[in-house]
Amino acid sequence: MRDNPLSICEREFILAAVEIQKRIDGREPYDLRKIKITFGLDYGCCHVELGKTRVMAQVSCEIAAPKQTRLNEGTMFINVELSPMAAPQFETRSQDLNTEITRLLERSIKNSRCVDLESLCIMAGEKVWELRVDVHVLNHEGNILDCANIAAIAALAHFRRPDVTVCGEEITVHPADERDPVPLSILHMPLCVTFAFFHNGKCLILDPNEREERVMDGKMVVSMNKHREICTLQISGQMLLEKDQIFRCTNMAVKKVIVLTELIQLSLENDSNARAAGEKFGFAESVETNEITTEYKEESEVDMSDIDDQVVMATQNGNSEDGSIEELELDMETKVTIMFEGTGMIGQGGANTWDMDEDMESDLTEHKQKPQANSRSATIAKHIGGDLSGESEEEDTVMLQQEDIGLQSKPIISSEEPTGNEIDLTAALAKPRGKKKKSKHKH
Amino acid sequence: MEHVGKIFMPGDVLSNLQASQKSGKVVLGPGLKCDNDSVFVNKPGVLKHKEPNFYWIDSHQKKYVPTRGEHVLGVVTNRMGDVYRVDIRGSEPASLSFLSFEGATKRNRPDIKIGDLVYGKLLCANKDIEPEMVCIDSTGRSNGMGVISCNGGFMFTCSLNHIRKILSPQFNLLKTLGNSLPFEVAVGMNGRIWVKGRSIKETIAIVNGLNSVEYMDTNEIKVMCRKLLDTLAGF
Repeated sequence: MRDNPLSICEREFILAAVEIQKRIDGREPYDLRKIKITFGLDYGCCHVELGKTRVMAQVSCEIAAPKQTRLNEGTMFINVELSPMAAPQFETRSQDLNTEITRLLERSIKNSRCVDLESLCIMAGEKVWELRVDVHVLNHEGNILDCANIAAIAALAHFRRPDVTVCGEEITVHPADERDPVPLSILHMPLCVTFAFFHNGKCLILDPNEREERVMDGKMVVSMNKHREICTLQISGQMLLEKDQIFRCTNMAVKKVIVLTELIQLSLENDSNARAAGEKFGFAESVETNEITTEYKEESEVDMSDIDDQVVMATQNGNSEDGSIEELELDMETKVTIMFEGTGMIGQGGANTWDMDEDMESDLTEHKQKPQANSRSATIAKHIGGDLSGESEEEDTVMLQQEDIGLQSKPIISSEEPTGNEIDLTAALAKPRGKKKKSKHKH
Repeated sequence: MEHVGKIFMPGDVLSNLQASQKSGKVVLGPGLKCDNDSVFVNKPGVLKHKEPNFYWIDSHQKKYVPTRGEHVLGVVTNRMGDVYRVDIRGSEPASLSFLSFEGATKRNRPDIKIGDLVYGKLLCANKDIEPEMVCIDSTGRSNGMGVISCNGGFMFTCSLNHIRKILSPQFNLLKTLGNSLPFEVAVGMNGRIWVKGRSIKETIAIVNGLNSVEYMDTNEIKVMCRKLLDTLAGF
């Protein structure tokens, strides 16, 4: 499947906006998008949303032989999956991106030795734990790497491996009901922060989204932990950076990393409290019911500091013209979100208002005519969908004869009719199958 | 019809549809399918009805299925001889002849670059052949269609039901917003919107405004517009 092309108009607008320190989604240049970290029912399962980018990481382990070079250390393997579900273009040419993300994650997590691999040794030279981190990108809306890094490290910190006892040559793996699984020892939490550069490195923004990634000249990935140690630094793209700028980026990165580390720890704490207290936890519990959970729009904050006189005038005029506006209460203040157990969350969805508009509803009722009895004699012609065909590629409009669908001859609503969305299945079941043939599509 | 306005899930069966009195026919639109004498729902959404006998399901959808006669916003991706390939977010790109612009002749070609935005109408949409787009009406006039010059405007995408909401006559956002914040807008049924305000920050504000109203009702929209203007003015 093809990529969603970038138009000249978007490119020029993003470049112009970045130059005056503005971004399309209303963020400041150095703001991260909203982050939500949730853990699954199983240990080692973590789901992270960074804006609309979503990544899920799952850690698993098994007993294997160690590497010949490091006989007393466990091993860790990181695998990144970019499926077409994340973005349609991943079906074909995602190899480069996949390699880049995998490699950077390895450098950030594995090479920084944040997991104490020596503690994963069961019997030196023979048996060690082999950790496997599977990172699945569920939605691509830019900056997969940062999101994947958070998910991977949070999943590792959340993971518990089965306890093992060694008695002589005999190794016993205790199932979870026999002995509590033991957590991995995470020495520090390296987290990636991505900076995108524009205008030959003059303008920089943090956490680029998908459109910004397409426009940027290049990017710099800094992986740091909260102790101000740089674990990985990579610059790619075609631009020249000054030394000062790299210092500035790393200083900025450390602030973000400290915030992120706190958020991860808070989420982990919430989750373990919920588990300890016997409350409900896991993804299903963190889904807010009766709310729109996908595609919600956060309240955008458009910070416009310099006042434009014209706009002020216009605003005042606008308000006085339409008196009703002033009477409306500003009840749209950000509501406090009740955090679900096991969830650290910033931001929220809106209440579900996905229903018929009252206006539209009354509209329809007005038009409603009193149905009259239709006689079956009106339905002799067996003609389906002739005149309306060819209007759409898929969504054909289909014309049905009454008898095709076993319509009642009197479509008058009677009080015995099932109400609401109870649907009368009996008619459908009663009909002998296969009596009807007939394709509904025209050509 | 007591079903109208209710939420249905794929697999639900509808009965008791109201047929036209004259022809005794029922017209099923998107989201409804007739199979083995029963009418099935194949998209999750709200059942809508229009007199006398039209039924369809209004659902949240992002994938665009080209439909004849709809106005769409496309991005020119390629040029092959006399036709441009235009991405309209469908399963395949649409073709756009360089002659289907106002005043275009073999000598006088429109000036279109790869990556330009075009606003046009779908002349044909069929599942077996590629869609064709035109930027003139039947009288040869542009009628608002054509290439969109890109100085200062921004294009973004949203879901198809949001587009329908924005274009519906009862929807007051464009007017409410436009009262105090003049802007140009082109709305394509394929889920793309192009807007241009007086300045970059106004354009960003409008984009955010348009983006955030998908699930708002009339009053909430008014409040949102007011807040947006307040922020814009720096209060």
